[in-house]
Amino acid sequence: MIKTENVSFRYPSQETEELFALHDINISIKKGEFVAVLGHNGSGKSTFAKLLNALLLPNFGVVYINGMETKDISNLWNIRQTAGMVFQNPDNQIVATVVEEDVAFGPENLGIPPLEIRKRVDESLIDVGMFEYRKHSPHLLSGGQKQRIAIAGILSMKPKCIILDEPTAMLDPSGRKEVIETIIKLNKEENITIVLITHYMDEAVNADKVYVMGDGKIALEGTPKQVFSKVKEIKELGLDVPQITELAQMLIDEGVDLPSDILTVQEMVVELCQLK
Amino acid sequence: MLKDITIGQYIPGDTKIHNLDPRIKIIITFTFIASLFFINKFYGYIFVLAFISMATIISKIQIKYLFKGLKPLIVIILLTVFLNIFMTEGKVIYTIWRFKITKEGLSQAGFMALRLIFLITGASLLTLTTSPISLTDGIEKLLNPLRKIGVPAHEIAMMMTIALRFIPTLLEETDKIMKAQMARGADFESGNIITRAKAMIPLLVPLFISAFRRADELAMAMEARCYRGGENRTRMKQLKLELIDLGASLITVAFFGAILWSRYYTFKI
Repeated sequence: MIKTENVSFRYPSQETEELFALHDINISIKKGEFVAVLGHNGSGKSTFAKLLNALLLPNFGVVYINGMETKDISNLWNIRQTAGMVFQNPDNQIVATVVEEDVAFGPENLGIPPLEIRKRVDESLIDVGMFEYRKHSPHLLSGGQKQRIAIAGILSMKPKCIILDEPTAMLDPSGRKEVIETIIKLNKEENITIVLITHYMDEAVNADKVYVMGDGKIALEGTPKQVFSKVKEIKELGLDVPQITELAQMLIDEGVDLPSDILTVQEMVVELCQLK
Repeated sequence: MLKDITIGQYIPGDTKIHNLDPRIKIIITFTFIASLFFINKFYGYIFVLAFISMATIISKIQIKYLFKGLKPLIVIILLTVFLNIFMTEGKVIYTIWRFKITKEGLSQAGFMALRLIFLITGASLLTLTTSPISLTDGIEKLLNPLRKIGVPAHEIAMMMTIALRFIPTLLEETDKIMKAQMARGADFESGNIITRAKAMIPLLVPLFISAFRRADELAMAMEARCYRGGENRTRMKQLKLELIDLGASLITVAFFGAILWSRYYTFKI
């Protein structure tokens, strides 16, 4: 679905040295996978997201989206339709003054017939659970609701993959939960490939695969269990492990016999109850 | 506090006037305004009054909203009245110091005042019964034929939509910045005009910077959603002319005919 080969990227304004925002990235994401990309500020994770949508083009290396090369300008609109992108600030990605008009913006740009747009808009709004708000004005909605509208706006273009660039960074905890639940539902029920870029560790727990970025490189990769059991390495990258994993680690250090890959409260409960 | 401001002065409703096609409504309003300039006798205004009263009654808009629209322009109306009273040559009825009031002046003043009042009421009626979105749609569709001579119809409509979308967002932001500056001791209320204007600088600078950042991010988000201008774009909502639109157009044509008749036909008394 998504494949990058030796991708490097440098912002043109950084003329001082050979300072790459991304360096030699090799990633391969399969259809229907839920991938989380983690990293602290300035690790290059947002740049990486923009490369997947052809908003930026790599200086070296190649990015393939569904077999299409992003450098080929004739693929541009196809790529953007295949790999939809949701941004961090919900206010700055909503175009229209009515919810349903905004969701229709993408398909309208693709030149889809009006009746088909109507159908897609309704379906997308039902999928994100915002159908009853279709006539509302976006600025009166909460952050989590706005972000779900933004997801519906991408969904109505029928993408195969959705890239979310820190979609929950500006939301309160309940809004964050709404958005993450919506993403997981889309991944499970609609089989849409998800690339979730975030710095909240707890959101990555549900992913099939986790990439941890540091200084423009992939520092760690693997399943959430493999990655988060490397508590020390993650801390060195300026990140935290999920709270429950950290607790497990502290207990292990104190001599309690626990596995180091505990990610959720349930797992912790099961493990603790089995202790003698 | 700033959040409660409504955009435009649209009053939602479900009347025949509200549901007219926005294109027809815009054309009717322009015909109405043009017809005001064809009137050359007082009784021509009878038709205008009848037309606008009919529209107001059907639309169920309260008269007070129409007067509200007149309020900000009262100064201009009064100025026109006074200039006309004192500056028109003719048969002198009364003299104050060096100013002469003439019979022609009085009638001219009344004439102009009526013209302005009806003009403003007509335009208000359009914005009171049409939501900004359908107004934008109507303008886009009406300007579409002019695309061939280089009028960027789609771009104008898109700019209006985005402006409408961001007015509440920026108002909210202004409010936030204002409170942040006040919390740090900024004073927006006291002093003379110059001091107060200067006090606005710490408000405007962050507001502008943030507006530019928003514009940048919005442009990126629009591009990511395959926006590439008006070419090959479709719309979800199609404007369709209905029987009612035809009816309203016919009434307007009749009204315009009546105005022309009043202009060129003189009663023999």
